[in-house]
Amino acid sequence: MIHFLTHDTEDNVGVAVVDIEAGMDLTGRNLSDNKPLKAHSEEAIPLGHKIALKDFKVGDDVIKYACVIGRISADVKTGHHVHTQNLKTKRWA
Amino acid sequence: MATRKILGYRRENGAVGVRNHVIILPVDDISNAACEAVANNIKGTLAIPHAYGRLQFGEDLELHFRTIIGTGANANVAAVIVIGIEAGWTKKIVDGIAKTGKPVFGFSIEGKGDIRTIADASYKAKEYVQWASELQRTECDLRELYISVKCGESDTTTGLSSCPTVGNVIDKHCADGGTASFGETSELTGAEHIVAAKAANEEVRKEFFAMFEDYTKLVFDQKTNDLSESQPTKGNIAGGLTTIEEKALGNVEKLGKKTKFIGCLPPAVAPTKSGLWFMDTSSAAAEAVTLWAASGAVIHLFPTGQGNVIGHPIEPVIKLTGNPKTMATMSEHIDVDVSKILQGEMTIDEAGDALLDMIVRTANGRHTAAEALGHREFAMTKLYRSA
Repeated sequence: MIHFLTHDTEDNVGVAVVDIEAGMDLTGRNLSDNKPLKAHSEEAIPLGHKIALKDFKVGDDVIKYACVIGRISADVKTGHHVHTQNLKTKRWA
Repeated sequence: MATRKILGYRRENGAVGVRNHVIILPVDDISNAACEAVANNIKGTLAIPHAYGRLQFGEDLELHFRTIIGTGANANVAAVIVIGIEAGWTKKIVDGIAKTGKPVFGFSIEGKGDIRTIADASYKAKEYVQWASELQRTECDLRELYISVKCGESDTTTGLSSCPTVGNVIDKHCADGGTASFGETSELTGAEHIVAAKAANEEVRKEFFAMFEDYTKLVFDQKTNDLSESQPTKGNIAGGLTTIEEKALGNVEKLGKKTKFIGCLPPAVAPTKSGLWFMDTSSAAAEAVTLWAASGAVIHLFPTGQGNVIGHPIEPVIKLTGNPKTMATMSEHIDVDVSKILQGEMTIDEAGDALLDMIVRTANGRHTAAEALGHREFAMTKLYRSA
């Protein structure tokens, strides 16, 4: 089973394609080169939500589709949930 | 690839439609009641009530006329009864629709009242619906269909599955000589560089940026907060989308991998030749689909993540989703299930072929989920307050 996908090799977040629970060893796939990926969940990530694939500090860019989708507003560790509590737009703020 | 065939209605001006509606079209909001009464009297007709049409002026009035005339002119419509409060604007709409060569007749209420207008219009509507019921579908090329695309209640699965599926169809349809249109101007924020790179030439790219910057200015001039509850929407956020940039990057997957867009259209303006076109629209589903239908689009492709339920009175809306939870909870709204993409059990190309099959079936007469459920959302785009 695939637990998460990334769009591009540059992406630093993955998208859960099943409901992920805390403490799971995860199998992923990157869509641009179809290569397998591994990760470990530190908290629950609902289907469609993002998992951090690296440690982020406040102000870091989040990359998805090989593009910047916003900046980190609260530190996030690898394997944690990246969403509105720690990721903000750089455009309409 | 040899073009596929569909069974459509070839109209007087050569345009191909996939539905055969006789519509009762109000010029203005206060003529809705008469239109609905005529549609109630004469079975097989369809009233299209809407909220505006009085005391509009300037560009907003031009867009109103363009939308109403375009709706009547759409090839999914066989014949039109127009009803307005006064004769002048009613005639303007009738004359605009008459350019297609299809049967159209106008009635105005002033000096006569609703009851006599309804009676007169009902006689004409009966004549039209009986005439239209004898029109036959004929073999046409799939490439003759003008298709519009827009997603809604998006989530991260739309960018992974249903939007690239539509993109795959855009590539195949446009390579085959078909016509298509995308829009959602302000919702391209964060992916505008990707859209610009798909412009066929520098002139088109500049035109796109001018429309994009104009809409962005409107958003900034009118906003009272950071729009974090409007764009992305609550539904988008529940589905895992966090920012407008992320939403936009999923959205533009609908544009395909190979296709360049050849021009930019103001709202409700028809493309002048085959190929992919950008139209300057809002991202509100009913408003945008209404503008595309008024520009002549006969089938709309609508990827959804969390489950949008939209339909349109005259332009069938085909919905697809890649979200397995939405398939489990809202399957009655979905025409094409592409959720196997997430587990790698279906490729984007296979999903595109499945969607093309559904386009052909819908063109041949299959009712979409939205048609079966009675979704007939018709929403005029209003540019500013009336006088």
